[in-house]
Parts: sequence; C-alpha cells; structure tokens
Amino acid sequence: MHRHTLPGVLLALTAFAVPAQANKDVLDRSADPNQWVIQTGDYANQRYSKLDQINRDNVKNLKVAWTFSTGVLRGHEGAPLVVGDVMYVHTPFPNIVYALDLKNDGKILWKYEPKQDPSVIPVMCCDTVYRGVAHADGTIYLHQADTTLVALDAATGKEKWKVVNGDPKKGETNTATVLPVKDKVIVGISGAEFGVRGSVTAYDAKTGKQVWRAYTLGPDNETLFDPEKTMSLGKPVGKDSSLKTWTGDQWKIGGGSAWGWYSYDPETNLFYYGTANPSTWNPVQRASADGKPIDQKWTMSIIARDADTGVARWAYQMTPFDEWDYDGINEMILADIDVKGQKRKALVHFDRNGLGYTLDRVTGELLVAEKYDPAVNWTSGVVMDKNSPQYGRPQVVKQYSTFQTGQDKNTKGVCPAALGTKDQQPAAFSPRTNLFYVPTNHVCMDYEPFRVSYTAGQPYVGATLSMFPAPGSHGGMGNFIAWDAGQGKIAWSKPEQFSVWSGALATAGGVVFYGTLEGYIKAVDEKDGKDLFKFKTPSGIIGNVMTYTHGGKQYVAVLSGVGGWAGIGLAAGLTNPTDGLGAVGGYAGLRDYTALGGTLTVFTLP
Amino acid sequence: MGLLVKQIGFVLVLLAALTALAISQTVAQTEKKEAAQTDKKEKDGKWETADGTPTYNIGSDGTVDWYTFSGFRRYHSECHVCHGPDGEGSSYAPGLIQSLKTMSYADFMAVVASGREVIRADKQSKMPALGDNPNVMCYIDDIYVYLKARADGVLPRGRPAKRIEKPATAEQTEKACFGAR
Repeated sequence: MHRHTLPGVLLALTAFAVPAQANKDVLDRSADPNQWVIQTGDYANQRYSKLDQINRDNVKNLKVAWTFSTGVLRGHEGAPLVVGDVMYVHTPFPNIVYALDLKNDGKILWKYEPKQDPSVIPVMCCDTVYRGVAHADGTIYLHQADTTLVALDAATGKEKWKVVNGDPKKGETNTATVLPVKDKVIVGISGAEFGVRGSVTAYDAKTGKQVWRAYTLGPDNETLFDPEKTMSLGKPVGKDSSLKTWTGDQWKIGGGSAWGWYSYDPETNLFYYGTANPSTWNPVQRASADGKPIDQKWTMSIIARDADTGVARWAYQMTPFDEWDYDGINEMILADIDVKGQKRKALVHFDRNGLGYTLDRVTGELLVAEKYDPAVNWTSGVVMDKNSPQYGRPQVVKQYSTFQTGQDKNTKGVCPAALGTKDQQPAAFSPRTNLFYVPTNHVCMDYEPFRVSYTAGQPYVGATLSMFPAPGSHGGMGNFIAWDAGQGKIAWSKPEQFSVWSGALATAGGVVFYGTLEGYIKAVDEKDGKDLFKFKTPSGIIGNVMTYTHGGKQYVAVLSGVGGWAGIGLAAGLTNPTDGLGAVGGYAGLRDYTALGGTLTVFTLP
Repeated sequence: MGLLVKQIGFVLVLLAALTALAISQTVAQTEKKEAAQTDKKEKDGKWETADGTPTYNIGSDGTVDWYTFSGFRRYHSECHVCHGPDGEGSSYAPGLIQSLKTMSYADFMAVVASGREVIRADKQSKMPALGDNPNVMCYIDDIYVYLKARADGVLPRGRPAKRIEKPATAEQTEKACFGAR
C-alpha cells in the first residue's frame, strides 16, 4: 500500500536493527506508520512518517475531516497519539486525557481528569503546558503538572498505579512527556526558574516503584556520573565533575531541570536528553569565589545515560556558565548520516544557544557545531581543535557577555533571546533528503541581571529582559529552515512573521508540515520549503503535527491552542528599542491574529 | 413607522447620554490622575500622592524616578512570566496595566501578598501569595508605581530610557528589608 523509498528503508533497517532489548511494543508500533504511539513518533525522535498517500502533488487538496474541542483554554503543546482504532488526546492543566473512537467519528470512549491542587499553576513558568502522554503495552502514561505520574489502562482509562515524582511547593512541576523504555518509564522535572535541583527518574512500568534517580548537579553518587567511565569530549570526567564547578552549596538550588524530549538507541541502550539552565539568571551571583566564570555542570548539557542503571556514558556541556538562559533541553535526533564525508551514528541537536550540534551518539565526540541562524552573535563559535584547552567550548563575544557587562547593567542586542533560536518545538529529519526541518525563533534581546534571593517555591530569576525581532533581517520573529547536519549549513530558510513554535513532521510523500502562531498548518516542499498548502485552524499552533492512517486512509492531525512562552511575549507583541519611543505596535501582537482555545483538527484527502 | 422613529430617537438620546457619561467619567479620571500628580510630594527621590500612596514621577524629558525604574526591573523578573511584558498581559494572566486602572494600592498589596484564586468550569487561575518573597515584597512599592505609570498611560512600553540615580535611602531600605528576612 505504501511506496517506500529505498534510502528510507535502508536507514530504518540499519539504524535500529537490534530491537531485542527495548520495549518491543513501542518499537513494533512506532515502526508501523499507521500508528503514532509516543510523542516523538519513534525512539530516534525523527518525526518522520513513511506514509505517502498525501504527497507533494495532492497535498493542496487536503480537507478537514473532523475536529474536536478539548474544552481547555491554555497553551496546547504535544500531539495526539493513535494506537490501533483509538486516538488519545491530552490537554494542558488540568491534564485531561480523552480516548476517542476512530471507528465512531471520534466518540469519547473514556475521559480521565485528575484532581490537582491549583496552586501548581503559578509555579509553572510560562503557562501550564503539557507535551503529552505516551503509550506502551496497553498503558497510557500521564505525567501531570503536579508531578504525579499515572499509569492508565489504555482500554478503560482506569488507574493502574500512581506515584509522585516531585514537590510543587518547592517549585517542582512537570510539562514533559515520558519515555517508556524496556520495563521502565523515565520522567524529568521542571522548575529551573524556581531553583529546583533537576533530575531524571526511572519508575518500574508495571508497578510505579522508583528504580533509579540521576540528578543534574551534585555528588557523583547522585548524578550517577562515573569518574572513570563517564566521558566528556573524549576524556573521563573525573571525580566530583559537577561539585567542583559550583560555588559552595549553590548546586542545591542550581536548576538544571529536565523538561524536554527523550530519545533512545536500542543498539547502545542509551537514552539521550538535555538539561536546563543554572539558577539564577544572574551569572554574577553564580560566579566562583574569586569572581570568575565557573561551569556549573551538568546544566546546559547533552547527557547519554544507560537506560537500565541511569549511569551516564557521556556528557557534553554546550553553554558552560550560562549568562543568557540558553536552556539545553531541546530534543536529540538520532540519525545515521554522512558527516564531512564519513557515515556516522549521529545525534543532532538544535540548541537554544543558536548552535546546531552533531555528535557521535555512541562516544559523545563533537563533530559539528555551527550557527543555525546567521543572527546568532553571543559566540564567535566553538573551538574544534582537540589540542586546544578550549576544545568544545563556545567562545563568548565580550560585548554580549551579560557577566562581563555586569549586574545592574543592560547588555544590549544579544542574539538569540532567552527563548533561544529554537525552544522545545521539535524538528524533523527526513532520510529522503538527509535534511533536518527546524522550527526557529528569530528574536534578540537586551538582558540586565541583578541580585535576587532564594525562597523555596518562589521565582528565582534575577534578570530583566526585553525581546525584539532580529534587527537588520526580514522583520519577522521566526524562520522555518532545512539544515544539513553533516556540513552544519542551512539548506534553505523560510521567513515567518512569528516564531515557529510547532513541531515539524516530515513524510515519505515529500511534504513537511508545521504550524504557526497565527494558527496556520502549513505543508511545504521538502526540497525548497515552497508552500504547498495552508489552512487556518481555530487558534495559534504550539502543538506538533502528526500523521496516521485509519481504514486505509492517511490523516494529518494537529492541536491548536495558543499559549505557553509564546502566549507571554508574543501575545502582546514585541517592542523594538531601535525604533525609539512611540513606535510600539510596528510589530503587531499575536492577539491581533488569534485567540485562546484547544482544538484538534484532522485533515485528509477528499 | 411612527413607533420606529420614536424608538430610534430614544436610542439616540440614550446613546448621547451614555457617551456624555463616558466622557464625564474619562474627564473625572483624568482630572483625578492629574490632581494626584500635581499634589504629590517627594522625599529622598520617592514620590507620594497627597494621601500617602506611592506614585511615580516622570520628567518632561521622560526621565523616571529610581523607584519606577526599579519597578520595571523587578516586574520583569518576578511578574512577567505570567503577566506579560510591560504589564500587557499574557494568554493566561491579566494585563496589569488594565487592572491598575481601577485597583487601589491597598487591594494591589493584598492580592500580591495573599494571592487570589478563580476556579470556574471554563477557567482555573491562581495568583500565588508572594508575601514571603523578598524579591517581590522588598520592591512592592516600586512595582506598584511602575505599573501605575503604565496604567495611567504616561510610560511607554520597554525599558525607561532615562532615570534618576539610585538614592542612598533606596540602598539602605533594600539592605534592611533583605536583612530582616
């Protein structure tokens, strides 16, 4: 029924040919393009579908097949799942889960609505988003805002077990999906803006019993970093690799939360994720005792851990001593690609700091680190010379160093802004083109750090910033780009009026999909980004596009419902300080284009 | 026909009355605002209205007093992630430049310190109690006067371009406030 292209099949076969160890149900179902069973599509986070009924030629004929209102007005991130004949739709707080019957026009089979203390709402930085449930072995895993992890019977919606992962009174919350892997469910935690101590935790998938927990910061036996065996840039990390990069006890409230996506490689049994910023946003307060920058490991890092034990195999810190909130949690996409003429088992990551990284996912070797938005100015680049003492470290441009400019002073014109060249909205990879399709922000900022004091459960930020569209560019606040991760080059870039805050989907039909903050779902040509189809959905899109089949027909689905970080800065519109006073409004606010409302829209060919 | 004319006439009169009311209210508000600004007094760089409520001071060249500037900074550290840039509001928390058009200083203080909760079928929102957060409470007057200036429409969006230097008393009050906690 589905025409597979040869490179796609080859890649699928070679990339993950050893499924014995992993969760067989997730592997089998995610290899079946008719279903979409975990948020990232597959363990590799490629967000690529082998479905090709909808293709470059006919995508212009797409029509709305059906819609569903979630009844919730907050920001809708993530995507619905499809498992067999059932679609699972989640909402932001209060984290409702609906099971919809695809055989009966989306009739509600069951609805699960947890009861949560509303005091969790204001401790969630930037709206109460939720990036969605996961399915494995007949179970739906819901990780609520208040950090309660619930296992639901996928057929009935009945609770199997529940466990609480963190304490919202200390600012610990959850926005992320979970990773079901083997006999475990791996979860993270949010709250770096509240001075939490970030961690990832594995629970037994059958019982909810905690198996291991690995902190981002602290002593080796709590970070599960092995001084001899955990590698970074080709060397063992050594004893106390985290502790010795912090001043005093600051690591205890040091942030480094884990609220992004997880990928997993069954061949190496490693799972990959990124860690968030150190708290506070005032770097002066985090400097060493003698007033110098200090790394604050393992915040802002890519970490590869063994799925069974949680022990770190390798780690790479992208932004040592963060001065801009370039939180490192964005997704890690696993793909076997050609890197500078050599076939590599790669991990590709588009960081908030504006650099696109390609690493060897087995060893953690750094292969490529290049700017994926030409506007990025805080760094002159990453030192790639292995013999240099600065190897692997980004070189900070003095003018844009908020630390060197100092606290109570305004550092102007830093690109990207704190929301990064890309935030959590995941990119897609197509084995047909070997390109990565990346939703990006094109926004810069002024940043002024100042002293704050820590109170448990209260914001611990310590900087004020103003954001504006990248100066001297097209005036828009986003781009949708295609990226060659082997070369570290932009293949094409398509300007967008607003930041692209929606996860992309690449398909065997040669079509790439994404959503916009105004509410458009767009289909573009994989070759050049040319618009092939667009439709304005009921609200702005910060969700991720997915696809599935039912009854032999391909469908494309996306959640609308503006909110999240995008609902803060962009709702009111950004100001451009270079325009001078009174010119505000030159950049129209998102509120002139769209309003709140969670809606699922499902498309198909007539 | 005649009835219709009468109805239209009535509606017109009503409209005129409403418009007059609206204008008089606006005028009253503006007068009140202006009165508050003309009767205010300054002590060590800190401004108060005649009834002792903290207020802002903005010079003819746009120079703001220290506390208004300080309020801009603290607002964008503590409040902005929910209430949006420059008090404009977000998709899930109200724009305080609207709220402060009608909310009194005392009510503002009470809500910031004790929080507020709205639980309805269509909406669940929660303002946290910030009473024990020194990063907010040590600067609560600063945040208030900044937002008041924004609400009164006398301070544009963005970082105030010019400001008075930090008065020594501000430094002392700050130290005392953090020290006491």
